[in-house]
Amino acid sequence: MKDSPGLHLKTYLLILFMVLFAPLGNVLLSKGMKGIGSAKNWAPADLLHILVKILTSGYIWLGIACLLAFFVAYMLVLTWADYSYVQPASAFSYAVVALLSYFLLGEIVPPLRWAGIAVICVGVFVVGRTPPRTTEKA
Amino acid sequence: MREFFFLFMVIVAGTGGELCVTRAMKVVGEVHDFRPAALARFVFRAMRVGWMWIGIGMMTLAFFSLLAMLSIENVSLVVPVTALSYAAGATGALLFLHERISPQRWLGVLIVCVGVTLVWLSRR
Repeated sequence: MKDSPGLHLKTYLLILFMVLFAPLGNVLLSKGMKGIGSAKNWAPADLLHILVKILTSGYIWLGIACLLAFFVAYMLVLTWADYSYVQPASAFSYAVVALLSYFLLGEIVPPLRWAGIAVICVGVFVVGRTPPRTTEKA
Repeated sequence: MREFFFLFMVIVAGTGGELCVTRAMKVVGEVHDFRPAALARFVFRAMRVGWMWIGIGMMTLAFFSLLAMLSIENVSLVVPVTALSYAAGATGALLFLHERISPQRWLGVLIVCVGVTLVWLSRR
């Protein structure tokens, strides 16, 4: 089955949206969780305390909003494109998350990590050369 | 040790949830109308599919596991490492969604996994 240029265009646009909003959401979540800290033990009171902190953190809610925007785009694109295409194609977000963590959070990203992310992007490119849909329309 | 547990939950529950959501979206069908009212109707239809709720439950579990990971490790490590779900995702898509995974896609997923290994090795 041949895919139209329009199908490719809307697929690429929604994947671009996903690639921007998912990393931004994750970076905001990270900022929020670094401020909250991890549970010291698994006692219910401790977990409840952490949960309350999570639910009252502005960074966490902003991160969730970004991830929801990502999720809507993801749901839309999955209605016509294969899961096994969309999931790897959205992996460019790994490079974006490293860039955002470096510039926004000041994280030190070692060269080996950049190399690993670059290899991930190569894998993404290989997957991106395959057609978006390999199964017949429902 | 707890890092491995949370990572396992992020990958397994996250991938399982995505597969369930994908199955639900295939039931609902392709979107042609992008106007807000049409999109709202589309979301409402999707919410009436059982697979969607199973998927949302699993993804919620994965989300809290991700938060736990982010409280321990840097986001530039955590997020790339979760790409291990690609191998699980491709396998699940083949078995659960009956998608045809070409050798080229498998090669891409394999390269992604090599990249994830390098990222993990950069952990201090």
